Amino acid sequence: MPLIDLANPTRFLALAARLMPWLIGATVLAFAAGLYLAAGAPDDYQQGATAKIMFIHVPAAWLAMGCWALMSVTALGTLVWRHPLADVAAKAAAPVGAAFTFLCLVTGSLWGRPMWGTYWVWDARLTSVFVLFLMYLGVIALWRTVEDPARAGRAAAILTLVGAINLPIIKFSVDWWNTLHQPASVLRLGGTAIHPTLLYPLLVMALAYALFFLTLHLAAMRNEILRRRVRSLMLMQAQSAPGSGA
Amino acid sequence: MSPLAALFLRELRLAVRLGGGAGIGVLFFLIVVALIPFAIGPDLALLARIGPAILWLGALLASLLTLDRLLAADAEDGSLDLILTGRTPLELAVAAKALAHWLTTGVPLAVATPLFGLLLNLEFRISAVVAVTLLVGTPALTFIGLIGAALSVTIRRGGLLLAVLVLPLTVPVLIFGVAAANTAVVGPLPFGTPFTILCALTLVSLVVGTFASAAALRHGLE
Repeated sequence: MPLIDLANPTRFLALAARLMPWLIGATVLAFAAGLYLAAGAPDDYQQGATAKIMFIHVPAAWLAMGCWALMSVTALGTLVWRHPLADVAAKAAAPVGAAFTFLCLVTGSLWGRPMWGTYWVWDARLTSVFVLFLMYLGVIALWRTVEDPARAGRAAAILTLVGAINLPIIKFSVDWWNTLHQPASVLRLGGTAIHPTLLYPLLVMALAYALFFLTLHLAAMRNEILRRRVRSLMLMQAQSAPGSGA
Repeated sequence: MSPLAALFLRELRLAVRLGGGAGIGVLFFLIVVALIPFAIGPDLALLARIGPAILWLGALLASLLTLDRLLAADAEDGSLDLILTGRTPLELAVAAKALAHWLTTGVPLAVATPLFGLLLNLEFRISAVVAVTLLVGTPALTFIGLIGAALSVTIRRGGLLLAVLVLPLTVPVLIFGVAAANTAVVGPLPFGTPFTILCALTLVSLVVGTFASAAALRHGLE
């Protein structure tokens, strides 16, 4: 089905209703498999069982960044192609992305407490994820302050794209500023440095997180469409109310 | 006189003749710099060590303070609509406005820096370096802030939202500005490395800020 067919919210809602049970089922299965594999993965020889936080920490970080990328694509959808559901997708994605970023920060600091001896260090990666979190909150704040959804969508789209340009710069400057966190080890030039016994559970968990994200995103989009319908119904009702002069 | 030059001169005149612009920004900067010693104690050695960072933070906050009037005043009296419907490209018009704004608020901050450095026990040489980095870095703050100003222009009391949107984007400028300034205090690092990156950040934000804010205005008011 081409993307343009989904521009009709009713058709989109019908598709979402059909997909939702499958997505929920797949999410539960993937989480069950991922958590089972993660529990069976060997302990780290230095960090012991605490290294298993990685299986919920790392996918959250990936999704946190992936969600901004998704929002950037939908921002282009809003500004360039004027796809009617693009700003719905962007609005629904922002709180979910913020939640994954928050999860990444919380699990990271819980991991940091036994390993680095402190909940928070001003290390480069933590700091750039923290700035990402602040930017998610900024986008959400912008969505909530502008009342008209169409105008809020365009403003948020511009902010998202500016953020997409700025995030690599922030990442680079924070790296330059200070670094303590281990460098990237899964995706890097010259092959992955992580052992397969840890890599496969991690990948399954990443799949589970991605499915979970899709489920939440789809549900949030559905809610947003319904919320907009309620809003326009209420506007219509207010206009046709007796005594309003209409 | 071309419309662009007229707009530029109008902005300068407004900034100079109306109260509440540059003077208050510098005053705010002075107060922030004066408050820090009250908070951390009158330890002159410590103040000298973190002096460049204090000056940069003060200038960052002061330049943020004046941003919300940059476009909101024009939106209120309708001149923004004239600029939007005019034949001058909107990108050039907002760039001219931002440039005038920087000349009247950013440059005074940089000029005042060597004087305020005395309060923080900074040698004149170090204060001068901080002033140079501010002179190069404040255009970036203005043009990044321009995006926030354009996004929040139609929102009543958009000032707080503006700060929330803009401050995370200024992290790189702050990092490299303070890094360049600190090379004068400590640092085996050559001054040129962070300074050229700071220049690059300013140039990037000139482009991104201009186009993004013009797009925000077009989309926001349509």
